[in-house]
Amino acid sequence: MSSTFDTPVGAHPDRLGGDHYVAPFDDNVSFDELPDAPPKARFRLTTTGKIGAFFVIFWLFVAVFGPLIAPYGENDLPFPDAYSEFQVPQPGAWLGTDVQDRDILSRIIYGAGRTIGISVAATVIAYFIGVVLGIGAAVSSPKVDMVMSRINDAFLSLPTIMLGLVVVAAVGSSIPVLILTAGFIYASIVFRLARAIGMEIMVMDFVEAAKARGEGRWWIITREIWPNAAMPLITDFGLRLIYVILFVSSLSFLGLGVQPPQADWGSMVRDNLGALQYGASIVPVIAPALAIATLTVGINLVVDDVSAQSGGKLSNRL
Amino acid sequence: MTGLILRRLGIGLITVLAVSVIIFFGTQILPGDAAEIRMGQQATTENIAALRERLGLDKSYVEQYLHWLGNFVRGDLGISLSSDVPITNLIGDRYKNTLFVSMLTALIGVPISLALGIMAAMFPGSLYDRILTFISVTLVAAPEFFTATLLVLLFVFALGIGNAVVVGSTDGKGFFELIAHFALPIATLSFVIASQLIRMSRAAVLNVMSSPYIEMAILKGVPRKRIIFRHALLNAIGPIVNVVALNLAYLVTGVIVVEVYFGYSGLATLIVQGVQTRDFVLIQGLGMIFCLTYVILMLIADIAAYASNPRLRHPK
Repeated sequence: MSSTFDTPVGAHPDRLGGDHYVAPFDDNVSFDELPDAPPKARFRLTTTGKIGAFFVIFWLFVAVFGPLIAPYGENDLPFPDAYSEFQVPQPGAWLGTDVQDRDILSRIIYGAGRTIGISVAATVIAYFIGVVLGIGAAVSSPKVDMVMSRINDAFLSLPTIMLGLVVVAAVGSSIPVLILTAGFIYASIVFRLARAIGMEIMVMDFVEAAKARGEGRWWIITREIWPNAAMPLITDFGLRLIYVILFVSSLSFLGLGVQPPQADWGSMVRDNLGALQYGASIVPVIAPALAIATLTVGINLVVDDVSAQSGGKLSNRL
Repeated sequence: MTGLILRRLGIGLITVLAVSVIIFFGTQILPGDAAEIRMGQQATTENIAALRERLGLDKSYVEQYLHWLGNFVRGDLGISLSSDVPITNLIGDRYKNTLFVSMLTALIGVPISLALGIMAAMFPGSLYDRILTFISVTLVAAPEFFTATLLVLLFVFALGIGNAVVVGSTDGKGFFELIAHFALPIATLSFVIASQLIRMSRAAVLNVMSSPYIEMAILKGVPRKRIIFRHALLNAIGPIVNVVALNLAYLVTGVIVVEVYFGYSGLATLIVQGVQTRDFVLIQGLGMIFCLTYVILMLIADIAAYASNPRLRHPK
């Protein structure tokens, strides 16, 4: 068992020799020839990737600074004196008004923070639970691994939206409930991925070598598995975030997610469906739907680019 | 092979039981039971106790669960809490709409997307392939109601065909009239599953195309069409069936959003109503139906994967 405490800060213990055997470094080996080439140190986004990145950065900016740039509060009426349901875009309300006469632009800006905040929080929770348990299962004894995997399989065999409906029916809907529900539901998918990646790495020669050196489980997890599992997991984080956004928006669209009068993109589509059905205006429905689509498609374009350049399209593997 | 399928069926059965446990006990964490909810505010303690006895709520949770599961297997879904009507009556004709839309999506959407995906795999890197890949990457990440809105804009607003709401009775309508009636929901769902199917079927065929025996065929000088249809496609059938089943399972989610969007009555709108009124007997019954469909489709996907890949049949 080695200790890292007696090595200088910032130095890699392997490089110092110590009680480890260090292979002589060979400059002539090109890792690009290996089937799974490591990600290139600097990669460039393709044109589609840049378009995606633009939308992602744009929405992140709106989400963070939304309340500062919104022309109205989320429940303010731009034309309080007039009967102004489903007004077409005009000065004073650049995207028109919704079913309750509120300014659509402001609601979209406020909704950005809520939709993105809930989804990011849920994905982070899903990743924390999923990765800890998944890598844990991969390094545990086969018995523990089997029990954990079987329980996980039961949750995976339910459609996510059904699990969401059952939870919302049981405890009602609020933002913390939404975050925790989405987090737990998607944790089972992250668990499966993290476990698969962990298992793949566990049978690699360098892990065998580390085991043979007598390294402990903690060393193997942090020094051998994590550096190799991080990249595919980070790429998948983007993909998972898309699904969480779609899940949260779908629940809100069904009226079971974010509750009125708080603005959220999914519930805005549902509230304003009447505009489309009565032929009043198309903006109240298309604007929030387009907001979600540009965000999720933007993330997808970036993720596609990153995963294509980090060896093998992850989206195809799943 | 038979043994493996039986084993997979066994696992499927256990999964269904696990799912029923999750659904039954998941909806029981709510404070207050069916008797209290049904009697409402003015109920006396004796009234509630009497109803509780009649509904079997005085028994232990395990007994209640077994009772509920037994009734479910016999087709008795219980009595709705919010409307006091047997749930099978509530379902009535609603299941027909849900079933019709899903089946037709499968019948129309699946062959078209498979053909598109296989064509893309025939000419990888071509302009056609790149455009199709871009469209499917875009649509796969977009929510169902975005696709639905685009279709409504195109057909209802630009071309003046159809209606943004699906209204009117389906009684006495012929097959083609029904298709016209549900054209927009079917089109929406077809687009939703097409985006996945095109990507995955293209990947499945390309995967086979990169194997040595195809290279051999190319070197032998076999014509391109023959390689695809005689050599590659037969080996890609397994993965493709797997992909189709997985995507049909995904329809379970899509159909809920689409029914609410176009506002016609089906099983999905019923379960959403159930959640809004906290009618958990209804949620349990319908939730089981949806999950059963999902589990069965997943089962087909797995068996297709086994059948097509001998290596999976003999795991190391």
